[in-house]
Amino acid sequence: MPDIYNIKRGLDIPVNGNAPLSVKKMAGGPAAVCPGDFKGLVPRLLVKEGDRVLAGSPVVSDKNHPELLLTAPSSGTVSDIVRGERRKLLAIVIEPDGLDGKAEFPKRDPSSLNDSLVREALLESGLWPFLVQRPYGTIADPSVTPKAIFISMFSTAPLAADTEFTLGPDLIYIQAAVTALGKTAPVHLSVKSEDSAFAGIKGACIHVFKGKHPAGNVGVQISHVSPICKGDIVWTVSPEGLAAIGKLLLEGRYDIQRKVAVCGPAAEHPAYVEALPGASLTQIAGLSGSAAEGLRIVSGDLLSGTSHQAATGRLGFFHNQVTVLKEGTRKELLGWMRPLRLNQFSADRTYFSWCLGKGRRYDMDTNLHGGPRAFVMPDSYYSKVLPMDIYPVYLVKACLAGDIDKMEKFGIYEVLPEDLALCEFIDPSKNCIQDIVAKGIDLMLKEMT
Amino acid sequence: MDPKFEKGGKFWWLHSTIDAFESFLNVPGTVTEKGAHVRDAVDLKRIMIVALLAAVPAALFGMWNVGYQHSLATGTAPSFWPDFWFGFLKVLPLYVVSYAVGLFIEFASAQIRGEEVNEGYLVTGFFIPLIMPVDVPLWMLAIAVAFAVFFVKEVFGGTGMNIWNPALVARAFIFFSYPASMTGTGTWIALRKGEALIDGATGATPLSLIGDGLSSLEGTGIQYGTGFWDLFLGTVPGSVGETSVIAILLGAFILIWTGIASWKIMISSVAGALLVGLLANAAGLSDIPAYYHLVMGGFAFGTVFMATDPVTSAQTETGKWIYGFLIGTLCILIRLFNPGYAEGMMLAILLGNTFAPLIDHVVTERHISRKLKRARNR
Repeated sequence: MPDIYNIKRGLDIPVNGNAPLSVKKMAGGPAAVCPGDFKGLVPRLLVKEGDRVLAGSPVVSDKNHPELLLTAPSSGTVSDIVRGERRKLLAIVIEPDGLDGKAEFPKRDPSSLNDSLVREALLESGLWPFLVQRPYGTIADPSVTPKAIFISMFSTAPLAADTEFTLGPDLIYIQAAVTALGKTAPVHLSVKSEDSAFAGIKGACIHVFKGKHPAGNVGVQISHVSPICKGDIVWTVSPEGLAAIGKLLLEGRYDIQRKVAVCGPAAEHPAYVEALPGASLTQIAGLSGSAAEGLRIVSGDLLSGTSHQAATGRLGFFHNQVTVLKEGTRKELLGWMRPLRLNQFSADRTYFSWCLGKGRRYDMDTNLHGGPRAFVMPDSYYSKVLPMDIYPVYLVKACLAGDIDKMEKFGIYEVLPEDLALCEFIDPSKNCIQDIVAKGIDLMLKEMT
Repeated sequence: MDPKFEKGGKFWWLHSTIDAFESFLNVPGTVTEKGAHVRDAVDLKRIMIVALLAAVPAALFGMWNVGYQHSLATGTAPSFWPDFWFGFLKVLPLYVVSYAVGLFIEFASAQIRGEEVNEGYLVTGFFIPLIMPVDVPLWMLAIAVAFAVFFVKEVFGGTGMNIWNPALVARAFIFFSYPASMTGTGTWIALRKGEALIDGATGATPLSLIGDGLSSLEGTGIQYGTGFWDLFLGTVPGSVGETSVIAILLGAFILIWTGIASWKIMISSVAGALLVGLLANAAGLSDIPAYYHLVMGGFAFGTVFMATDPVTSAQTETGKWIYGFLIGTLCILIRLFNPGYAEGMMLAILLGNTFAPLIDHVVTERHISRKLKRARNR
């Protein structure tokens, strides 16, 4: 019997635009490798414009760990190398040649592997970056043996892709990947219910997490199963990563294509599309040129994703969701003074969203609904959406103060910004809590390593 | 916004003010830049306006009661609308002064800090007249408000950063600087020029009689009605908004229902007061029944509206129980042992505010060491 955790605290944001369970064809466009997707990676470019690559050919390596590679998502020609401020490497764009050439990797039987063979397979193929290390959410250090590997097989984020739908057919690959990763460290795998397709996976400790968002966040699950303390290192892998690792081991091919949920209140035709990381967000959303005006296309969910205007405008390596939102630039006359604001959602009881029916969904946009203020509401206002043994406001204030000692005490090791995303959502003082936590983590990385 | 009001423009010094009025009328069209792309519709303006609305019943009752007490004290027959009108005209200047002085300082400081004007003073400014004697001289009120807003709030960095409740500090300022206006019998009943109290009317609040025991309270009942139900209803002299427990309970209901104020603080404050009251009865220190303390003076208003201020109260849930209990016990202790100044609630809450960070520190440190211990045992 799996352990069952009932998560009481949290919030499911009732936003419109869920993607129906059908896959739509998408015109193939250029894919890309975006080193910015991987925290802690110091990229060294291995290709130049005009080079031909296969799916799985090395494109970038890490300066600190040369064996750590990022590889091309598809075969084609390197058509563009995008650099940002101070020549920061943003994206290596690969124009597909339509030949579907794939780099050859040996087929391996997961159960006969050992730790070093698993590591070798992941490093040489460029699938290693799917391993994310906690604390801090960096790309996993190949020289480290983690305490455990945690996998959340579902997401509770707003409008999240349904992994039972997207990855249900890949069950054998996922099983293979779990078996292989089990050679490195004990694997903990969380599912949303006992009858999930993934609940029968062997070789892992299965946990059932029930409850509202962020019950599906792997960080929340870790804090319930085995909290990260000072000195602990755990790894996490996304379900898409497992499928890719399984395909590599069983079939010797590098394939990181995934079904992406195109969703959101402003999505014209919510649906799933097959896409590669680094594909253009506007293209995935089925919008081009002027159609995207006044819209924000987010890679990931609407709480923690990155918008298409930021950085590269491409689908993130870890994302399986594209959320389309309307920019909320319209002023709202007497907004906060109205007794009822039926079209706006609020988790706060000073509005009446809570009594308007559970099924009600809202066309939310990107309006901030206020101005930035100092923290006024007490810690408990925020902790009601954070199911972790943490005082969120204390942690955030420690991050603001840059106080390493306090950050450590208040649980910086246990969180990534996404875990406090709901605190940011409900914050009436409109603080950028995720950004504050991210800066805190950066400071920890700088000071502690 | 007109470019004249932007940085470098001619009227830049008015930027925060214009912005405040604009965002008062309209929720601005600002979009999210970092982090969560979509945000909850709630903002501090909404929370503050609901907190203010919760105090409206107490304010309205207070206005009527000022007129009612005037009628009783001058021997005229009480009549609802004239009494209310009398009280309204008496209380209105307090509001004008409170908001004019407070908002001026608030707007100026926001401009100096280059921030948006915080709506916190909407509530503070509404509470201040409610905890003042109705006859407080306006110049005194102005100085007290200026002192409280400037030295207790703005120098700490504005709303959210203050240690003490600014409204209570305004009251404390008058209490310590001009004690004659805050104590005694002359200040609680508003009189027109040339009017005098009729024979037998003292103008004393029930609380000031507390040292003389229950019999004295009931003795004045002929005039003002100082039995339990009169105190509960609020038809007694006192600060403008503090007398009616019914109106305050209505506010408490709104605050708890919307989750703005902590019911834990309210409950533990009441528990603390009852405990000390009962102990005092048992020890023979006072013959005033413990539950009388809950309806007398500023206890109810302080517990519901002042102690629960989210900025200056304890932050942690365990801390709130301790903090509320501390305030309740301190208030009654002061009432019992300092009959010269019977209104203990103001000082109890200010002391509670002072200790709130310490309480939270203890609670969070215990939490941290519990986590560490669990980690070591693994």
